[in-house]
Amino acid sequence: MNAHVDKVRSRGFAMRNRWQNMPPQVRWVALAALIIFLYLLPNRWFYINLWYFRTMESDMATVLFETSFFVLLAVGLNVVVGFAGLLDLGYFGFFAVGAYTVALLTSPESRFGVEWPWLAAVPVAIAVTMLSGVILGGPTLRLRGDYLAIVTLGFAEMIRLYAARNEGIANGQRGIPQIPHPVPEIKGSDGQPWFGVVDARPYYWLTLTIIIFVILGVRNLTRSRVGRAWVAIREDEDAAQIMGVPTFKYKLWAFAIGAAVGGLSGALFAGKQSFINSDSFQLTNSILVLAAVILGGAGNIYGAVIGAFITWYLPEWVRGIGGVIGLDINVAEYRILIFGAVLIVMMIFRPQGILPSRRRAAEFADRREAAAPTEASA
Amino acid sequence: MSDPAIDTTAQTTPAQREALLEVDHVTLRFGGVVALNDVDFTLYKGEILGLIGPNGAGKTTCFNAMTGVYAPTQGEIRFKGQRVSGRPRHKITQMGIARTFQNIRLFPEMSALENVMVGADAHHKASVISALFRLPRFWKEERSGRDRAHDLLRFVGIQRPGELARNLSYGEQRRLEIARALATSPTLLCLDEPAAGFNPAEKDSLLKLIRKIRDTGVTVLLIEHDMRLVMGVTDRIVVLEFGKKIAEGLPAEVRDNPAVIAAYLGVPTDAA
Amino acid sequence: MDFDGLLRDFPDLTTTGLEQGAIYALVALGYTLVYGVLRLINFAHSEVFMIGTVAALGTWQAMGYNQNSSVNGVGLTLLLLLVGVAAAVAASTLTAVAVERVAYRPLRRRNAPPLAFLITAIGASFVLFEAVGLFSDNLGIGGERGPFGMVRPFKPAELFSIGGWTITNTQLLTVLSAIGMLIALDLFVNRSRMGRGIRAVAQDPDTAALMGVNKDRVILLVFVLGGIMAGVAALLWNVTYAFSRFDVGFLIGLKAFSAAVLGGIGNLRGALAGGLLLGLVENYASGLFGGEWKDFTGFVVLIVLLMFRPTGLLGESLGRARA
Repeated sequence: MNAHVDKVRSRGFAMRNRWQNMPPQVRWVALAALIIFLYLLPNRWFYINLWYFRTMESDMATVLFETSFFVLLAVGLNVVVGFAGLLDLGYFGFFAVGAYTVALLTSPESRFGVEWPWLAAVPVAIAVTMLSGVILGGPTLRLRGDYLAIVTLGFAEMIRLYAARNEGIANGQRGIPQIPHPVPEIKGSDGQPWFGVVDARPYYWLTLTIIIFVILGVRNLTRSRVGRAWVAIREDEDAAQIMGVPTFKYKLWAFAIGAAVGGLSGALFAGKQSFINSDSFQLTNSILVLAAVILGGAGNIYGAVIGAFITWYLPEWVRGIGGVIGLDINVAEYRILIFGAVLIVMMIFRPQGILPSRRRAAEFADRREAAAPTEASA
Repeated sequence: MSDPAIDTTAQTTPAQREALLEVDHVTLRFGGVVALNDVDFTLYKGEILGLIGPNGAGKTTCFNAMTGVYAPTQGEIRFKGQRVSGRPRHKITQMGIARTFQNIRLFPEMSALENVMVGADAHHKASVISALFRLPRFWKEERSGRDRAHDLLRFVGIQRPGELARNLSYGEQRRLEIARALATSPTLLCLDEPAAGFNPAEKDSLLKLIRKIRDTGVTVLLIEHDMRLVMGVTDRIVVLEFGKKIAEGLPAEVRDNPAVIAAYLGVPTDAA
Repeated sequence: MDFDGLLRDFPDLTTTGLEQGAIYALVALGYTLVYGVLRLINFAHSEVFMIGTVAALGTWQAMGYNQNSSVNGVGLTLLLLLVGVAAAVAASTLTAVAVERVAYRPLRRRNAPPLAFLITAIGASFVLFEAVGLFSDNLGIGGERGPFGMVRPFKPAELFSIGGWTITNTQLLTVLSAIGMLIALDLFVNRSRMGRGIRAVAQDPDTAALMGVNKDRVILLVFVLGGIMAGVAALLWNVTYAFSRFDVGFLIGLKAFSAAVLGGIGNLRGALAGGLLLGLVENYASGLFGGEWKDFTGFVVLIVLLMFRPTGLLGESLGRARA
C-alpha cells in the first residue's frame, strides 16, 4: 500500500536528497552563484550571452521586473493558500490596497495632499494592507472553505468597483497620476535619479532584494511553531485545536502576512508605474497568481517562485521566440485562458504541483488510494 | 488474573483528596435523545478513574462533555473549579485537560517528533514576530520543546522520532498520541479506548505506561472496554448505562455489583 | 440617504427588482442544486449562464437578425423566442455537462480534497469566459471584449398601469417564467422518480448508492437541470437587456449565489425567494444610496448572511420533501 506513495516520493526526492546531501559549502556556493546570476541578469551586456533564453521582443529588464513582483505576489499567496490552506481568491485586492495607499500618500494629485516620499509611504501601505487583511479575515476565516473563497472573491471585486466608481478618493478610472518614484535622491551616473522612468533595472534589483528577505522570513516561520501549526491546521484542524493550537490566530496571521506581502508588491508597482487606476487591478490577475502558486506547488516557497516564473515569464518569452521564427504568437494575451486550463489539468493529474512539498504529494496520494476500492467497482 | 492494583491513593481519607473535575448533576440532551441523565461524580487529583459501560451508555458523550466539546443541557462540569464548556478548544487544553482519540488522529505527514512538538507548543509564549526574527525567546522555546519531545518519545517507548507518523506501527501510533497529549503539560489526561486493537502483551505495557504517567503527577481518566485492563489499572470506576450512572467505587466493588453485571450481561430470564 | 427618492421611485424599483430578482433566482437554482448534491460551489455556473446568452444571440444573428433589425409580427417574435430559448438552453446545458465531465468527475474519481474542486471550478470559469472574450470575433457575435448588441424579439412596452405602478411586458414575462420554471422543477424533484434520486443523493450519497441509485447519473441530471434553468435565465436576460458581454456572468453569478445562500443553500423554493428578495433589496438600496452602490448590496448581504445566518432564510435542504 505504501508502494505507490513511495514511488511518488522517490521521484521528486531523489533530486531533493541529492541537494540535501551535498556538503553545506557546495550548497552555499551554488546558492550564491544563483543569486549573483539573478542580479546580473537585467544587464544587456550579460543577457546577450544567454542565447535564446532571454526575451527577444520585449525589454528584458521590464519583463524581469514584472516577473519579480509577480513572484513576490506568489510567495505571499503561497503563505495563505499553501501553508494555511485558505483559498483566497481576492488576493489581488491587497495588491490594490497597497498601491492605492502609496498613491494617496505620495501623489501631489491625491485628495489627501500630503505628498510623502515613496519610501515613507511603503510601511504605511504594508500596515494598511495587513489591517485590511485582518478586517476581512476576522469574520470570514471561520467560514467553510468554499464560502471563504467566494467572499474573498467578492471583496476584491468590491474594491475594484469602489475604485472605479468613486470619484472622491480613488478618482475612478481617471486614477491617480504622478506617484513619485522611489528614492529620487539616489542619482545614477548621469545625474538623473536612478529610479527613473525608462530603466527598469533598479526596480528589478529592489524587488529581487525584497523577495530574498521575504523568502527568508517565510522560511523562518515555516521552521517554527508557526509552520507546525499551519501544517497541523491543514491536516486535521479539530485535532490541532484539541492539542492546544489556537487555529484562528494562526490562520489570521497567515492571512495578514499574505496581505502584507501583497500590499508591498502593490507599493512597488505604484512606485514604478507612477500612475494607477482601477483598471490596473483586474480580478483576473488574482487567478494568475493562484495558478502560479498551484502550478509550482502550493506549500512550497520555491515552488511558488518557479510557478510565478513560468506563469509570467514564459508567455513573454514565447512571444519573443515567435518573433524570431517569424510567427506572430501573442501568447501573453492568452495567458489567462491557458493558465485557467492549467489549473484544471493540474488538479486532475498533478495536484501537488511541479515542486511539491513532501507532505503534499503524499497527502494527495493517500486520498487517491482511499478512493481505489470504489474505482474497482465503478 | 492480574492482581487488582488497588493503589494507596484510593485509600487516603477524603479530606486529603482534591477534586479536580466535577461532573455536577449533568444532563445532556440532543434534540429528543437524552444522552446523559443526571450524571454526578467527581474526579480526584492523582487518581486513575475508569469510565465504563455497555455500548451506547453515554461514555463518549460524557467524555466529550468533560473535555468541553459538548455543553450540558443541565448541570455543570467544572475543572479546577472553573466551568469547562463554552470555551474555545485550545483554551481548554491550556487549562490542563489533554486527550487522545478513539480513532487515532495524529498529523500523518509530520514526524513523530513534530507531532509531539505541536503539543509542546501549547504552552509556549513565543509570538509570530519572535519566530519571524528568530529572537532569543523563540530559540529557547524551540530547543526546550524539542528536548521535551525527545524525552516524551522515550518515555512512551518510541524509538524513531524522525519517522513520519503514518509509517509508525499501530501500537507506536497509539503511544505517540499519548506522548503528544502529555506534551501539552496536562493536569488531567483523558484516554479514549487507548487499548483498542492491542494484544495482551501490548495491553500490559500500556497498563505500566498509564501507571508511570500517574506517577509523574498527572491524573488519568480512562474509557475502556477491556475489563482486565480497567480492573488492573484504575483506582476507581464509574459505570454508565443508558446515560445514567449506575455504580461508582473501587474496582472490586464495581465488579461484584449486580446492577453492573446485569447491564453487561443482561438479567437472566427463566428458560422456557 | 435619499428617502424621498426611494419613496418616489418605489413602484419602479419594486418592479425592476422583481424582474432582476427573477433572473437571479433562475441562476440561483443551478447553484443551489449542485451545492445540495455535491457540496460544491460551481463557480463555472456563471459562465454557463453567459454562454446561454451568447448562444441565443449568435443564433439570432445567424438567422439574420442583429441589433438593427426590427421585428414585426407576433409570429416572428414567437419564432425568435423559441429559437432563442432552445439555443440558450442547449448551449447552457452542454456547457454545464462538459464542465462536470471534464473538470469535476475526474476529481471525484481521485477523491480529491474540496480545495481541489474549488480551484478547478475557478479554472473552468476563467477558461470559459476568456474563450468567449478572445474568440468573440471569430464567433461572429461582436468584436473584442465589448458588449454584444442583439435583436429584440419584441419591443419593451408598458402593459398596464395601476396607480403609480407600471408593469412592462418583459417584467411580466420574466417573473412569470421564473415562477413557472420553479414550479416545474419543484414538481420534478418532489414527485418524480429521478427527483427522488436527487433528494436521496443529497441526503446520503452512500446509502443512496446502496439502494441502487446511480450517483453519477444523478449528478449529471443535477447539472442538466441547472443548465436548463440558466438557459432560460439567459434568454430572459437577452429579451430584457438586449446585450451581453463575455463577463456578464461574473456579477450575475455572484449575486445569484448570494440569493441561493439567502434562501437557504440547497433549498429550491429558497432560491426563488432569495432571488426575488435580493433583487428588491438591491434596487431599494440603489434608490436610497445611489445607483453606484447597487452591486455592493449583493456582496454585503452575502457577508452578513454567512456571518450570522449561514443557513439562510428558509434553511438548508434538498433532501427533505415538502408536503
